[in-house]
Amino acid sequence: MSSSTATASARELLGVEALTNASLTRWLHGLPGVDQVGADARAAGLGTRSIKTTSKAWAIDTAITMIDLTTLEGADTERKVRSVCAKAMAPDPGDPATPQVAAVCIYADLVPMAVEALKSSNIHVAAVTSAFPSGRATMAVKLTDTQDALRAGAHEIDMVIDRGAFLSGRYLQVFNEIAAIKEACAREGTHGAPAHLKVIFETGELVTYDNVRRASWLAMLAGADFIKTSTGKVSPAATLPVTLVMLEAVRDWRDLTGTQVGVKPAGGIRTTKDALKYLVMVNEVAGDDWLGPAWFRFGASGLLNDLLLQRQKLATGHYSGADYVTID
Amino acid sequence: MAKFEYAPAPESRAVVSIRPSYGLFIGGEFVQSIDGSRFKTINPSSEEVLAEVTEAGEADVEAAVRAARKAFDGPWGRLPGAERGKYLFRIARILQERAREFTVLETLDNGKPIKESRDVDIPLAAAHFFYHAGWADKLEHAGLSDGSGQPPKPLGVVGQVIPWNFPLLMLSWKIAPALAAGNTVVLKPAETTPLTALLFAEVCQQADLPPGVVNILTGAGETGRHLIEHPGVDKVAFTGSTQVGKAIARSIAGTRKRATLELGGKAANIVFDDAAIDEAVEGIVNGIFFNQGHVCCAGSRLLVQENVADDVIMRLKRRLQTLRVGDPMDKNTDVGAINSAAQLARIRELTQIGESEGATRWSAPCALPERGFWFAPTVFTDVSQSHRIAQEEIFGPVLSVLTFRTPQEAVAKANNTPYGLSAGIWSEKGSRILWMADQLRAGVVWANTFNRFDPTSPFGGYKESGYGREGGRHGLAAYVTTGASR
Amino acid sequence: MSPSATGRNTAASADQRIVVRKTYKLYIGGVFPRSESGRTYEVRDSHDRFLANAAMGSRKDARDAVVAARGAFGKWAGATAYSRGQVLYRVAELMEGRRAQFATEVGAAEGLTPARADKVVSQAVDRWVWYAGWSDKLAQVLGGVNPVAGPYFNISAPEPTGVVAALAPQCSSLLGLVSVLAPIIVSGNTAVVLTSESRPLPAMTLSEVLATSDVPAGVINLISGHTAEVAPWLAAHQDVNAIDLAGAAEADDLSWALLERASAENLKRVLRPAGKDTDAVEPDWSATPDLNRIKAYLETKTVWHPKGR
Repeated sequence: MSSSTATASARELLGVEALTNASLTRWLHGLPGVDQVGADARAAGLGTRSIKTTSKAWAIDTAITMIDLTTLEGADTERKVRSVCAKAMAPDPGDPATPQVAAVCIYADLVPMAVEALKSSNIHVAAVTSAFPSGRATMAVKLTDTQDALRAGAHEIDMVIDRGAFLSGRYLQVFNEIAAIKEACAREGTHGAPAHLKVIFETGELVTYDNVRRASWLAMLAGADFIKTSTGKVSPAATLPVTLVMLEAVRDWRDLTGTQVGVKPAGGIRTTKDALKYLVMVNEVAGDDWLGPAWFRFGASGLLNDLLLQRQKLATGHYSGADYVTID
Repeated sequence: MAKFEYAPAPESRAVVSIRPSYGLFIGGEFVQSIDGSRFKTINPSSEEVLAEVTEAGEADVEAAVRAARKAFDGPWGRLPGAERGKYLFRIARILQERAREFTVLETLDNGKPIKESRDVDIPLAAAHFFYHAGWADKLEHAGLSDGSGQPPKPLGVVGQVIPWNFPLLMLSWKIAPALAAGNTVVLKPAETTPLTALLFAEVCQQADLPPGVVNILTGAGETGRHLIEHPGVDKVAFTGSTQVGKAIARSIAGTRKRATLELGGKAANIVFDDAAIDEAVEGIVNGIFFNQGHVCCAGSRLLVQENVADDVIMRLKRRLQTLRVGDPMDKNTDVGAINSAAQLARIRELTQIGESEGATRWSAPCALPERGFWFAPTVFTDVSQSHRIAQEEIFGPVLSVLTFRTPQEAVAKANNTPYGLSAGIWSEKGSRILWMADQLRAGVVWANTFNRFDPTSPFGGYKESGYGREGGRHGLAAYVTTGASR
Repeated sequence: MSPSATGRNTAASADQRIVVRKTYKLYIGGVFPRSESGRTYEVRDSHDRFLANAAMGSRKDARDAVVAARGAFGKWAGATAYSRGQVLYRVAELMEGRRAQFATEVGAAEGLTPARADKVVSQAVDRWVWYAGWSDKLAQVLGGVNPVAGPYFNISAPEPTGVVAALAPQCSSLLGLVSVLAPIIVSGNTAVVLTSESRPLPAMTLSEVLATSDVPAGVINLISGHTAEVAPWLAAHQDVNAIDLAGAAEADDLSWALLERASAENLKRVLRPAGKDTDAVEPDWSATPDLNRIKAYLETKTVWHPKGR
């Protein structure tokens, strides 16, 4: 959808003549609040679910298929990316039946290498763009960043919102930036379909759950295919309550508009135990329709190996160790 | 079939050993009954017999009261508060140490989900002892003095009768403050849930509590009546039905026996249009389906502002689809078994009445086990204030939904009941919450939360929900000479 | 002949076991450093016999301790009262477990018979238990709702003031120390304590108990050394919110008036030593306390909120 289409749909949904900052503000600030203590309690309660045996095996394999295997370091090189891609395609060389991950998530300038390395698989290449991680650059720079990634063959774009704009109430600016990048995804995607767009909020900087709810609705209004918690460069990154609020948002959005949007918690999810808590939350808050890599992803790196260790334990019956999983 | 089925996750029973039969705990030992009889206690989720217990007779009650009196007149009465407190600290610590045993036993005997015993009942029980341990030597600071300059004194022998819905927790609410103030206790647990009280007797032994300070008499209504009416009891404390509470009030009339009563309720959970909607739905669910609705302070009436009623009800029904009803020993169970056949019959009767009164009945779709006592979470909409299901306490997982237009109307409907135990308010607006709290005739008001308990927080009702408070500084008053007049 | 528990081999013999003696260090930020000054001083018992070399704390050690205490304050004050009470009770459990060690050290330090020393240790443990039980009751006893003349909800509640410095009693090396330290931390304050100058060893053994009993690092910091050297630096420290001058009594070269004057610079809450006029004396610590030592380090916060539809 083009920017102007996004604007037109937004105007219709809000029921206003013109999409102004004031009308967006009224709409966003009119959303129901989130009680922080209550949200934390619900997330904690869901975290007490005990997932064992067959359901644990299913959950581990599902979690693996949901991983965007990530490397986002200044020190990344082509060879490092190639190594990550190899890991993505064969996470556990000792068990070829291990599922593959959903995507590899890297900086935009390394996309060509990743596309080449992954070409024999169905694994997507996701590129972080728009002056990731800070989002502090002009729109022109953010668009060029994105276009470069798309032309190089990225299947997915993970953009960051301008948190300064959001926190100072310039919602229309945030809307326009998302809509413009979404339009670029449609125009410049090289794989016969628009690239799919994930919008990163950096929830650790937004701080309140009310802000997370507002950012979710704003991003979905502007055309986000996925809403994502964090860059992984700021602490706290993904948390269960923040993801809960985002799952409620995508559930309510689909009820309202019929459009389904995905959710990606990223950063700080290190253990199988954590990952299973997220899956329980998806299951009980958003439902079955979100329980797959098309609509839920984990932005993680070390998590994959912990999932593999747990997978090995289920298969062999005893605890495994770091020597039995590969580094990427 | 759902994509993500949770495999069974049963807690192991092996941690607790249940004796085939139990005597009475009198004077620090388990003894045989003098004139009582035997009965069985079962697991309500399976109807399996767990153990045989004793129904104490009148002579047993006499023996227990005498043992309590002896301890009060003897070592316990002479003990300085600081030393009394240390016994309570020991009990608190042992409850923490043996938490897993108590958790499993409570679930087996009561039918509540293991996750609730584990996360609510047992930790709160230990916390109650811990809190009150610290009061034992600080009573002069509790604001209870009569101006004489003397620290408050204990009353003597206390007779306590507790219900089946939170067996160990109710025991701790009764015994901890009584002992902290220097009294001795004869406690009768409910007929259907005696086992954690009997295990608690072992904890008293492990803590080396002087004999006779705590006595546990198992039994049913008659045992309770003998205990309450015994002339050697200086004070009675009762938690249970309003009907029995009234009988107790009648029976102590004209005596100098003091009483505190914590009785039934029909609390209004009030949701305004500016509530944090997702958390409010959780609060509604928690309010009536926690502990299968076997909660005196349950939010059994939802009063929802009319302009958001449809949305709230839709979200509530959707949320109820993820409630898991089943084996209480499974760690993923949210709603367990109804405590007894008698209670199940009562719930069925009242819900039948609700239908015939014209309210619209909806139940969460769930497969109920064959054996045991089960009732699916149920919501009645289109309920009017004059319906019996809006007035009478059902004490089960049944919610009655009514609407209101203005805050005043919400207050009027909430207060329009002989009960007055608790209320809930859901709104993001602080002034509205505080104004509503002022207007509601209820002893406990929860705003943007529900069913939260803490040893420091006084609990008790207005009107026919009883009198007296348990917990906090206020809860001590019932157990000392310079406290309340009742 | 067996060696005394303080580690003195009173006579050598062929099959006598040589005792491994304890080194006494400071307790700052949850760890046991030596003084940054590298200095130590001799600690002697009531018969002037050598007991040990204690670390001689410096102003820089005090500075580091304040940093640690400030760092620990947020989390300790933010913990639930229940949780603080549990931590304090755990300290009492571990003190009780080490009573023989404490009794030996207190007996040697203060010249007490074993029976008296044993009684002092019991009192110290019971004192700690008394304070543990206050944690979740202070707000109820010291706070409350105020019936203002208007449609407002109004509540006053006590809050901890922050980092509290304390000069521990010079004579009562365990019971006095506990009586000064527990009331500081029970409400959520963190503490920097200068131990008794000539009788620091029981304090250092207490620090071992603290380090193993769930007390978070930095909540309590114990510094041995020359009171008159370090106290003025704490009294003048702008990041210390309150100071207990109990240990000015019986201290060499120390004027508590000057310490109070230095404290005025940032308006520290000052707890003066017992005594009349300019005298400073050490009170009898065995009596059950009142609430004044807790209240000295509490602020009262009053909050208003309208009540309306």
